Amino acid sequence: MRISHPTTVDDALATVTDETQFLAGGTDLMVEVNLGHRDPTDVMALRRIEELHTWEGNRIGSGVTWRRIERDGPKGLAEAARTVGSPQIRNAGTIGGNVATASPAGDGLPFLAAVDASIELRSSSGTRSLPWHQFFLGVKKTARRHDELIISVTLPEALPDRQAFGKVGVRNAMVIATVCCVVTRDTDGATHVALGSVAPTTMRATQAEEMISSISSPTDSDMTEFARLVGSEVKPITDHRSTEEYRRHASGVLARRLLERCLK
Amino acid sequence: MIVSFIVNGEEVAPRVSAPTSLLDVLRDELNLPGSKSACEQGECGSCSVILDGELVCSCLVMAADAEGSEVVTVEGLGEGAIHPVQQAMHEAGAVQCGFCTPGFVVAAANLFAANAHPTSAEIKEALAGNICRCTGYGAIIRAFQGLSDQTS
Amino acid sequence: MTIDTTTRSRNIEGRVGDSPLRPDGIAKLKGEFEYAQDLTAENMLWAATVRSPHPHARIVSIDIAPALAIGGVHAVLTADDVPGRATFGLEHPDQPVLAGTEVKFWGEPVAIVAAEDEATARSAARAVVVEYEVLDPLVDPQAADERDEVFRRMLIKNGDQKASGDVVVEGYYEVGMQDQAPLGMEAGLAVPDAQGGVDLYATSQFVHVDQEQVVASLGLRPDQVRSHPTGVGGAFGAREDVNLHIHLCLLALHTGQPVKMVYHRSESFTGHVHRHPARMWYRHEANRDGKLVRVEARILLDGGAYASTTSAVLANACYFAVGPYTCESVKVVGIGTRTNNPPCGAMRGFGAVQVCFAHEAQMDKLAARLGIDPIELRRLNVLTKGSPLATTGQPIDTPLPIHEILDSLVAMPMPDDRIPDDALSLPGGTGLTTSPSEVVRGVGYAVGIKNLGFSEGFDDYAQARVKLTNEGAIVETAAIEVGQGLVTVMAQIARTALGVSRAEVRFVDTSRIDSAGSTSASRQTQITGGATLEAATKLRDRILSLHSGDELDDEGVWRDGTLIVPMAQIVDQNFEETVTFRHPPTQPPDENGRGTIHADFALAGHRAVVDVDQELGLVRVVRIDTAQDVGRALNPESVRGQIEGGIMQGVGLAVMEELIVTDGVIRNPNFTDYLLPTILDAPDVESLLIEEDGSWGPFGAKGVGEPPTISSTAAIAAAIRDATGKPINRVPVRPQDIALA
Repeated sequence: MRISHPTTVDDALATVTDETQFLAGGTDLMVEVNLGHRDPTDVMALRRIEELHTWEGNRIGSGVTWRRIERDGPKGLAEAARTVGSPQIRNAGTIGGNVATASPAGDGLPFLAAVDASIELRSSSGTRSLPWHQFFLGVKKTARRHDELIISVTLPEALPDRQAFGKVGVRNAMVIATVCCVVTRDTDGATHVALGSVAPTTMRATQAEEMISSISSPTDSDMTEFARLVGSEVKPITDHRSTEEYRRHASGVLARRLLERCLK
Repeated sequence: MIVSFIVNGEEVAPRVSAPTSLLDVLRDELNLPGSKSACEQGECGSCSVILDGELVCSCLVMAADAEGSEVVTVEGLGEGAIHPVQQAMHEAGAVQCGFCTPGFVVAAANLFAANAHPTSAEIKEALAGNICRCTGYGAIIRAFQGLSDQTS
Repeated sequence: MTIDTTTRSRNIEGRVGDSPLRPDGIAKLKGEFEYAQDLTAENMLWAATVRSPHPHARIVSIDIAPALAIGGVHAVLTADDVPGRATFGLEHPDQPVLAGTEVKFWGEPVAIVAAEDEATARSAARAVVVEYEVLDPLVDPQAADERDEVFRRMLIKNGDQKASGDVVVEGYYEVGMQDQAPLGMEAGLAVPDAQGGVDLYATSQFVHVDQEQVVASLGLRPDQVRSHPTGVGGAFGAREDVNLHIHLCLLALHTGQPVKMVYHRSESFTGHVHRHPARMWYRHEANRDGKLVRVEARILLDGGAYASTTSAVLANACYFAVGPYTCESVKVVGIGTRTNNPPCGAMRGFGAVQVCFAHEAQMDKLAARLGIDPIELRRLNVLTKGSPLATTGQPIDTPLPIHEILDSLVAMPMPDDRIPDDALSLPGGTGLTTSPSEVVRGVGYAVGIKNLGFSEGFDDYAQARVKLTNEGAIVETAAIEVGQGLVTVMAQIARTALGVSRAEVRFVDTSRIDSAGSTSASRQTQITGGATLEAATKLRDRILSLHSGDELDDEGVWRDGTLIVPMAQIVDQNFEETVTFRHPPTQPPDENGRGTIHADFALAGHRAVVDVDQELGLVRVVRIDTAQDVGRALNPESVRGQIEGGIMQGVGLAVMEELIVTDGVIRNPNFTDYLLPTILDAPDVESLLIEEDGSWGPFGAKGVGEPPTISSTAAIAAAIRDATGKPINRVPVRPQDIALA
């Protein structure tokens, strides 16, 4: 096995080959290695690249750890960060890694979807920025080309006024989400609802958003209808972690509660 | 390849040939078996070490990426004597089978280094990545609560 | 046994009743304690196991050549290479050492490999080509029952079978498959000697039974195999059966080199037995005043592919099917099925856990039907010393302080009834799912009973040796320190009996001492502890009588207050005593399942307080109060540790721990998806030790390891019922069982 430790993005991109396996916090890749599912031969370790740790305003470097985000991130993202794995995982794991792995259950992803974040990618042939919904293509499948490095996650200049994150799991810490959700609401009523663990990729419940965004002071029955719509829009499966029926139910309940928090 | 880094204050340069974890290198190459392997995926905390000042699971650190880093393992705490978190756990009866113990020691030492008087909630949240199967955590909580109360 | 502890030695520290610190504590805290995982030897090879990817298949062929062709591979062995008995098993040797013609469960070992390092061994294991003809797995235990695929059927009939009561409640209950999940995974090192024998150092709960099974399968003389107690990272039943032991010895003898193997977590989940999943049908009949008249139960435990201890677990489930209550008329039918599911066997509580969940639910249901307070209903029916166990009819001749337990539980202070408002203390925790207004609180009670030691006529004994040396008293035993604290308590017994302040426990191999029996069934403190007490007492009596002394202490032998022989002179004489201790004899059951089947019994009761988010079905166990019948607490802090740890395994079974098996395959053999409670899931626990003289254990001690796990799950389920009004007839309780029921 070869490993390189570039210190600049340019150095990194100049030496990328078809075989290169990027390594950031290691919290996803090393699980695969330890279980014998992957045996990378050419590893590029990214944690010495200063630029990736840079966090300026709404642009979060891909190497920023969940620990930092838990401390310094916008409310909805910080709340999500607090639930990523364990303290040990949050000290190592990065937002770029969460984005690159693109797990349907990625705890950090619903916030990015809710605020319409974009992912900045760079290769030796240039830089491009993809909105989240063009970046996430399927279960652990993204639009990143092999030679591209995730440089940053860019949030909009102005974030919605109210943000709330919630995650359902049967353990009080260190648990893969059965459902996770972010709801944001702006002063003008514009409401976004994004969910994880209920579809192949993080998704938005657009019908529910549309319905509730137009109502300035939702009534109880509006809230019930909102929850019903969320539950009908998600596309969960039954697996060893939960059932389709429960995930639908919990999606609606959780989205409604988070909306209530935004409206308080 | 040779990977050079510092463990418990000493320079080491083990030969590493695969994407092996730091945990395996500590245990198998560097004769530091105090860090334990119990899940291989960062879900139990038994392999906790401090890497460049941060508490991490050494099973999820690629050894080759430790190049130039500073690592503290359970063997490096207490400087030959016993560390206060070790003393507190011992006296509280917080050790049974002991397999999770080094991970708790490292995580707690890291917590107390940053915050000498953690609250009960802070103690629990800081240790939520360390699984203990024997004690039910009662004695562990009492140990660190007591240490937090007495540290001045 | 009377120990007249003299005034002179009374003030030494670390006697029975004290809570001395663990002698291995500092080593464990510093990372210096040596576990089986940490062993190494010169020229050591690493081993790996080839496992079946199918729950049921015929083995058409095995091609080991590709594995042998890999550089650094020293051996690849299959069933053909097992020189002795081809099978092993604790009760019936029905499990192949390596499957030769047919695999019967997912993960069953088919071949083993030894190579120069672990990575090579694992690559070689992957390179072995096994051709399978996949067969239909039998995975439904009810179908297995119909096809008579069973390890044991039990029938217990006691009393007038036509008795009937005024009120009838029926229920169906299920318990999921729990795993012991000790943190230390299976590991071992086998070292060949130069004469064709082997020394084995491996994770275990019972080195003598490992040794017997290695001897049988390797076709060696007993003296050629020595099994050594080794550092064990928890057990809880998972280490009673052989797994890598025979494999390691085969490879060591085949290669002539030391061989080490350490299971990965996913292998550990297939490499040891689990708690039996249960289906239970119950019918309780009572008079209007609340007196139980008849209990009928049908208990189906799925034993999986091989026998392990299914027979004994099933028997225990049946014997304790009624719980700690008297009832004049009982019928229990038990079935332990054979399927292609993962083999099940011993886990803390051993059959009593499953039925406790059911009988306690039934008692609550009956109380509700009769309009009687559930605690009052229990008081009306409790089993006490002198009365017969409802199933076997065996009169209880040990203290059974159930009234004290119930009274204590009711009297213990309840937590503040305000729902907490910090996220960490609410259902959902850091997931921020739940506000206090969405929480309902519930309270539930349960009591459970279990036998201590082995039953049904098994010759249950332990040998211990006590020496007096210039290093103090040395206790030698082949019992296993799995973390429970035997290393502390046996030294306490020796100090107390001998009157000396220095005592140390040494765990010695099978060639140096006779069996201590299994480190299970809550039995070591009583039985190896009993042997230690008897040996130490004999040693003291011998020394005193030799010198006509009346007192022994650190300074030596005293007579009438004068030191007559100094200790230095005594230790020069190399005194030692070896004692084999047996508990009171038991019998196998008669044709109706009755008889003096058990040697001793212990009880515990739990009161659980839970907060439930009904809409999302999330539960947080807030608090568990417990009172436990301990006979005498030899080390109260250690007992408390057993209680708190045992309760936590009960919490796990109640709300999160389950191996999900579909079509014979475990879907979650890892710590990402087999969820163990974290420190943020830990309830506050208040424990009360109820001491009462009368057990035959040393100083009246009873085993304490299992009772905490038996009724804690049932109490939590009762509390969830109380909070939600949902039936909760299955554990673990899943969110959908509350939210969508």
